[in-house]
Order: sequence, then C-alpha cells, then structure tokens
Amino acid sequence: MTLLRDIASGDSCRLLEIGGEAGFRRRLLELGLVPGTHLRVVRRVPVGGLVELEVRRCRVTLRTSEADQVHVEKD
Amino acid sequence: MTVATAAPLVALAGNPNAGKSALFNRLTGGNARVANYPGLTVEREEGRVRLGAAGEVRLLDVPGTYSLAARSEDERIALFAVAGLPPLEAPDAVLVVLDATQLARHLYLALQVIELDAPVVVAVNLVDTLAKEGLEIDRAALERDLGVPVVFVSALTGAGVQDLRATLARVLANPDSARPGPRWVPQDPRLLGWIDEVGSAVPADWHRSNDRRRRALALWALLSLEEGDELTHVPESLRRAALAATDAAKSALRNLDEEIVRGRYAWIDEREGRFVRAKSRTGLSATDRADRFLLHPALGFALFVGLMAVVFQSLFAWADPVIGWIELAFAWLGDSVRTLLPEGLLTDLAVDGVIAGVGGVLVFLPQILLLFFFIGLMEDTGYMARVAFIMDRLMRIVGLHGRAFVPMLSAYACAVPAILGTRTMERQRDRFLTMMSLPLMTCSARLPVYGLLIAAFAAPGEGNPMTQGLLLTGMYLFGTFMALAAAAVLGRTVLKGKRMPLLLQMPPYRRPHLASIWRRMTTRTGIFVKQAGSVILVCSVLIWALLTFPRSPPSDTTAAAIKVAQAEQAERPSPETEARLADLESEAAGEQLRKSYAGRFGQVIEPAIAPLGFDWKIGVGLIGAFAAREVFVSTMAVVYNVEAAADETNVTLRERIRDARWPDGRAVFTPLVCLSLMVFFALACQCMSTLAVVKRETNSWRWPAFLFAYNGALAWVCSFAVFQGGKLLGFD
Repeated sequence: MTLLRDIASGDSCRLLEIGGEAGFRRRLLELGLVPGTHLRVVRRVPVGGLVELEVRRCRVTLRTSEADQVHVEKD
Repeated sequence: MTVATAAPLVALAGNPNAGKSALFNRLTGGNARVANYPGLTVEREEGRVRLGAAGEVRLLDVPGTYSLAARSEDERIALFAVAGLPPLEAPDAVLVVLDATQLARHLYLALQVIELDAPVVVAVNLVDTLAKEGLEIDRAALERDLGVPVVFVSALTGAGVQDLRATLARVLANPDSARPGPRWVPQDPRLLGWIDEVGSAVPADWHRSNDRRRRALALWALLSLEEGDELTHVPESLRRAALAATDAAKSALRNLDEEIVRGRYAWIDEREGRFVRAKSRTGLSATDRADRFLLHPALGFALFVGLMAVVFQSLFAWADPVIGWIELAFAWLGDSVRTLLPEGLLTDLAVDGVIAGVGGVLVFLPQILLLFFFIGLMEDTGYMARVAFIMDRLMRIVGLHGRAFVPMLSAYACAVPAILGTRTMERQRDRFLTMMSLPLMTCSARLPVYGLLIAAFAAPGEGNPMTQGLLLTGMYLFGTFMALAAAAVLGRTVLKGKRMPLLLQMPPYRRPHLASIWRRMTTRTGIFVKQAGSVILVCSVLIWALLTFPRSPPSDTTAAAIKVAQAEQAERPSPETEARLADLESEAAGEQLRKSYAGRFGQVIEPAIAPLGFDWKIGVGLIGAFAAREVFVSTMAVVYNVEAAADETNVTLRERIRDARWPDGRAVFTPLVCLSLMVFFALACQCMSTLAVVKRETNSWRWPAFLFAYNGALAWVCSFAVFQGGKLLGFD
C-alpha cells in the first residue's frame, strides 16, 4: 500500500481506501473517489502543501496532510 | 398568494459549475423574482418560463450541489427544494443540468434525483465544448439507460433550449413517462434491511406514501446525518435511526457510505463506455495550459495580487463618479423638496431623515454592483476555485475556512453582503468566525470619514503630498490585519474548532455568460437593499429625531441678530449680509443640536471618550454614525455649524474642524486625535445594518451583542493606546 504523497506529479494510481473522518470520507466518495477508481496526480504545490487530482475527468484539490489519508496502489 | 402561482413548478438542480445559472437565464429570459423560502431566512429565486402552447411554468433556481447529501445549509435547501420536503413546495418536475465534459461525476446527482421519483428531465449542457475536449456523447444511449428524457443544450449559445422547453412541456403533460424508478437498486439483503429500518423513520409528509421516495430519503439520511451534524429541520427520530443503522453496520465491519456511493458509481462506470466516446487528445487542455500559470506558486500568486489590484482600483475609481452623481441627485432632490414644501418639522423629516436615508443606501450601490460583477465573473470562469487554492495557506494560518475568502473580499465594499456570503460554509463555527471578523475590514462607508479626517490631519499643500495616500493605505492595511488577527484569536478561543479538511473542485475554465452574471448582480444587490436599506432608513430617521428633539428656539441674542440680519437682507440684499445671515442660521442650528438628545448624550459620554482625545461633539458624531458610518461627516457639519451640502470634500467643514477648540483653547483635531479617531472608526462596529444582519443570520442576539462589544472594546483600547501613547511620545 502506498500513500498518495509517493505518487509523482503526472503519474496515475488506483485508489485502495480512504481513512480519516467519516464526513471527509463521504465527501471524497461522492466526488468519485471510490475504492478501485483510477486517479492521476495533476500537480503538487509544495509551497501551500496542496495536491490536485484528476478522477473521472474532474479535478479535486486536497491538502497534502489530508491526502495522507488516501491509500493507493501504483499503476 | 395570487392565482398566478398555480403554474407548475420546475426545480432546476445541478453541480456548481454545470452552467445552471446561465440556463436559468436562457429559459426565463433573465427575469427572476426573489423571495424567502417559507419559514427560512434564505432567498429563493424563481422565474417564469414560457413553454409555447403548454402555457407557463415557474422555474426555481436550486443552490448548486454535486450531491443531494447535505452538510451545509445551502445543500440541505437543495434537497428540500428538489424533493419538495415541507415547508417547501413540491416541484412538478426536476430539471437536472449536467456538464457534458464531466458526465460521469455529474450523473451521480442525476441518479439521486431520479431516485426521489419526481419526473426528471436531464439537460446535458456545454455540448459545444465537447469537440474541443475530444469527446462524443450518445444521447440515445443515455436516455435509454437513465429512463428519462435527455436534451443537449448550450446555455452559452442558446442551442437546444427550444427543444428543452418542448421536452419539459411533454413531461409535465405526462409525468409518469419521466419517473423510471431508481437506477441503482441495492441487492444486498442486509443493506436493504438497514435502508428499510431508516425508511420507517422517514416522516409521512416527507415520503408521502411513495415507497421509492421513502427509500431515497432513507439513503439521503444515511449519507447526510452523522454525530454532531448541524442540519436543521431534520426530525430527531430520523437522525437516531440513521445513526443506529450506521453503527450496526460498523459493528458488522461494513461501511454504508461506501456501499451506497460505490453502488451508484458502479452503475455509472458500467455504462460510461456506452455514453461517452473519448477520442485521443493531443497535448494539454486549455485549462491545464492556463493553470500552469495561474496556479504557479510564484507567478500565480503575483497574477492574483495584480487581479485584486484591478478589482480595488475599479471599486474606488470607477464607482466614485457614480457615487458623486447619486449624492448630487439626492442633494438636488432635498433642495427641491425644501422649496416646494413649507418650512417646518415635516419637511425636515422628509429631507434630513427620509431623503438623506434613501440616498445613504443608494450611494453603496455602485460599489456593491461592481463587487458582485467581479465575484460573478470569477465564479463563472472557474477562477474562484483557483483563488481558494491560492489563498488556502493564508486562510489556514488565521484559522478561517477556505471559502471565507469571498466574504472577506466583499467586506471591502460592505459587511452586509459579505455576511450573507458566508452561507456556503458547512459548519456554523466557520460561518460565525468569518462573520465576527469581517466587519473589521475597511468597508466603503469608512472612506468618507477617513477622507475628512485625513484632510483635517494634513492640509493640502502642507507637508509631504504622499502623506494622505499613505495614511489611507495604512488604514486599509490596518483593518485587514486586525480582521485576520481577530479571526486567529477568536478561532482559538471563543470559536474554537477543529480544522476542516480542504476539498476543492477545480472546474475547467469557461467563457462567462454576461447576462447571467448581470442577473445575479442585480438579485444580490436587491437582497442588500432589502437587508441593509430598511435598517439604514429607519436609523437615519431615528438619528434625525435625536438630533432635532427636544426643539429649542434660538437664544434671544441669536434670534435678535437673525431678525436684524433678515431685515437688512430684505432692504439691501448683498453677498455680505447673505453670508452673515447664513452664519447666524448655522449658529442657531448648532445651538439646537447642543440641546438635543444626541447633543446631551454626547456630553454625557464625554468622560468616557475624553481619554481617546475626543470631545462631546465628536461623541455626537459617533452616535450619528450608527445609521451608517458616513453619516459622521454630515453630523459633524451640523455640530460645527457648517451650512448645507456637507461632504468630506467641503472645504468649510475641514477648516471648521481644524479650527475647533477645547474650552481651554487647545485644538481638538490635532493630528493625534485624527489618528485616534480613524483607529476608532476602523475597529468599532458602528453599523446597525451589520448588527441586524448578524442577528438574522445567527438567529440570536448573542452574536451581534458579542460583535458590538468586542469591536467596541477593541476600538476603545486601540484609540486609547494611540492617543495616550502618542502623547507620551511627545506628539500633540
């Protein structure tokens, strides 16, 4: 199991599971981050600590600290 | 209600960036009526749509949401409006707008709406951008699998809108044709058992004896209700049932959220290949190319700062002439009324109370319209999400929600629309924290006050010409800093709370639809006029009364002098006698004011404000400023016996203020006092409209009282520090 932070910008991965609070998990699920879905890391902004993902042609941005709750598997 | 409301109601739902607002404009022709949702203090927008021979329908603009599951008040209203839960009216049909380029994600909302078993029409918007994105959508396949009519539209060009009207008419004539039942049906017996347990707690006036609705609302409850959620209007029994089911599932090592969401997305994923054909795309999309600059850590921030500079420049430079015209128009109106009506109390009330009050509301409009224009532009182009992205770090440091940025920006124009703008935040704590800190931002009503005081501080031509500009910039920075500092402190004390995770959707950049921006500008401005206007008007009348009563005739000497001057003027009219007469009349007005309730009150509070360097006349001005801060200027004009047309550029007023003396002959408005007074104005919550709106939005007296008290205390302490500290340092 890999953390999202280990995926290089531009690379894809498969979502395994989301941890963290129920509310946070629900939101991500409803935005299409369902286990088994493929993600692509679009960009990272190290200064602000943000990471932008592409899921089902949509873009979602998370804070790096919260993205650590997202467990993935390299493609 | 009138007979006209019997027209069928169509609810328009969609994701925040699906082009819902532009489609609303296309269908209604831009005419919308704003009213409150029954029993709620939230505005709803409704327009009329002609469907040709089939007559008219009412179209309701539902808050944009990517799921009906709710956390914020906006999202709860979206559910209540779409599902027609009491006290909201049940729609006869629901129109769901989807973004053609993000079909899979947007279909998730469509599935939820279809589950609710109201007739549904799906409009796939932005079909004009499909080719550019290298996508193709099979409308027939989509319609077959969804079981509801699907129409391709482009809200930007108007293509397909006629077809959409015809489809709506057809569905309203035959509602059952667009109620196919839930697309995804849970199969697992235990999951079904939990859903039905929750379903039995769904109130009868919610499910209306429709088992599909009952199950859909049970699914909603399972995905929305949780320990400590802040959703209102949800029966406690339903919340308990949902929590019990979630807990039971948890002890069986199952996660209902995931099973439900996964089920719906699995339905979509299985079919997406049939709906959407993606041709290979070459190179980066336009959005990616733009974001390489706009989200660049250094360049993106610089561009953002530049953009904000333009916004500011226009807020002040462009709005200023219009504000001038409005002021002139109202001054002219007041003068005309004075010449038309006989002299007396009633005329004074009409001119100084009512006309001045209405004018006092309208002068805010140019800036507020411009502000909403920029906000609408940022929303429609998709840049707003990037702003949240760029500002996240600063917002995180001070503990504000990422969505607090727009309200904070709006507060530079006026705190009232800014407070209304906090509704998009899901947690009460974040909303309240934003509301408690944003009144410290420098709103436009402070500007005339700063203008007067800075002019009194440094006469034009004296000293460094840069001083005035620097002082004004300094006051803006001071206000912004104090607002952020207040948020940081309050967020760690009074409004302590956990940090919310950030989840930003980054929509593709889109061409804005100006007609829909214009509609939102006017609607939001209308809400401001209703909210703040009534308070400002009532306060100006009240303040007028405080300054006017009790009536006291001019002292004998003044009265005698006026008589002499009048006689002289009648005999030999000359500029000198006219000026003398005007002076004497101002003096009489000044005498009246000193004996009025406001004048007496100013004298009573003088000991409290003397340590800040203020005399009782400034005290009267502070009282007057409660109607709206800029009223300080006109009140000072009366206090200092300045005749007519008082504004901050009035040279006489500036001179009078500079000449003002304490009884012992010291000057009142020393630079130090001006500074102390500006600091006071920067921090004190001297705005009844702000307090009234905070009361309405928090639904309690506690928060406006707290805001008033802490801002007042902060103002007093800081002004004290400036004045006494300045004196210690040897400034006068």
